[in-house]
Amino acid sequence: MEGTLNLIGAGLVVIGAGVGLGKIGGSAMDAIARQPEAAGKIQTAMIIIAALLEGLAFAALLLGK
Amino acid sequence: MVLPGKLVKNTITALMAVIPSLFFANPATDTTHVQAETAVHTEHGPESKKEKVDEYIQHHLLDAHSFTFFSDEAEGKHYGFSLPVILWDNGLKVFSSSKFHHGEEVAEVDGNYYTLHHEKIYKLDSANAGLKLNEHGHPENIRPLDFSITKSVLAMLFTALLMFILFVGLARSYKKGPIPTGAGRLLEPLILFIRDEVAIPNIGETKYRKYMGFLLTVFFFIWILNILGMTPLAVNVTGNISVTVCLALFTYIITQLSANSGYWKHIFWMPDVPVLMKIALIPIEILGTLTKPFALLVRLYANITAGHVVIMSLLAMIFVGRNLAADMPISIGLTLFISVIELLVAFLQAFIFTMLSSLFIGMAVQDHHHADDHDHHTEEEPIIL
Repeated sequence: MEGTLNLIGAGLVVIGAGVGLGKIGGSAMDAIARQPEAAGKIQTAMIIIAALLEGLAFAALLLGK
Repeated sequence: MVLPGKLVKNTITALMAVIPSLFFANPATDTTHVQAETAVHTEHGPESKKEKVDEYIQHHLLDAHSFTFFSDEAEGKHYGFSLPVILWDNGLKVFSSSKFHHGEEVAEVDGNYYTLHHEKIYKLDSANAGLKLNEHGHPENIRPLDFSITKSVLAMLFTALLMFILFVGLARSYKKGPIPTGAGRLLEPLILFIRDEVAIPNIGETKYRKYMGFLLTVFFFIWILNILGMTPLAVNVTGNISVTVCLALFTYIITQLSANSGYWKHIFWMPDVPVLMKIALIPIEILGTLTKPFALLVRLYANITAGHVVIMSLLAMIFVGRNLAADMPISIGLTLFISVIELLVAFLQAFIFTMLSSLFIGMAVQDHHHADDHDHHTEEEPIIL
């Protein structure tokens, strides 16, 4: 039973990370579509925020396991 | 670069000739694999493949006292070399880890008996005592202070030496002219990238110089160690929580020591809030200074460890799966794909660590403009739209 709870928790963490990254990606694409010449800066900011979010997701996964 | 090309080439050729001989430094008739009767090895009996795979992955993530390139389990031969073990147990004890015979025998040094369990050294009361395990299966024997040169320490020393050679050579080559030659051409844009995109925007143009040494060191150190972890040598340094704790500790110490009075004021006596809230905010703010380096260390540790576990699990699919011909190409393909992503992650994690460190340092040293502005606003008339 606690194995199943572990897996459900891991699934929730992945859902959270997926939703967050999706929002970041979507906003980044909107911004690049508006201003193609700022694409470089927007990409850099997007990667940075994605790494922060992944850090949280991995931390939660490792703490659970 | 100052090092002449021929010298470097000859050195590398000589090294590649010498290193394979290290494979055989442990005499091949070392041990036969002793099936366990002592409490140390209860987990080596017949087990399912899944447990063996789990144990192998755990073993890969841990540090080791001997550098094993590959081992032949069926015949009990290990190809590699042993690293020195340095203990402090009421006196300095130095011996080679070959005395442990890969964790199977008890080492006797100066009348004390030590044994290896999950790559940690425990002290035994006598030669046949065995480890005392508590109810969770963890040993209760005392552990002497362990200063050994382990695989991770060796990897870090190697990285330090590599960085030293590369960057001192680059610095010296600037005496000959402004444009570097050779490997310096790869390093100079990276250094300028860290200075222009990470240090100056976050710390400010007047103050960034003092912290460039730390930021550059941390960036290249973490990057090279992550890449080393990707090689088949099975060195897992940044996936070791102690290493990341130390790196985050450096960032924390540097931010606290270089913080100016505005920073401390914000923590202990937050301006422009009621007095009761100021008192309530003190523990929250103190905790806030700790959570940021904590997030740094957990991020690096978790990313690298998760990457290693994923790659090894995908490779283990070959052994655990039932249909070998179908599993192998899928598994190898997926592993290749994930490995490429892990190379990107190696750079990205180093970059993120450096960038967040510079952000924290910048927040600590920046000049505080807000305090003056707050007072002005309360004296002006409110804007009526």
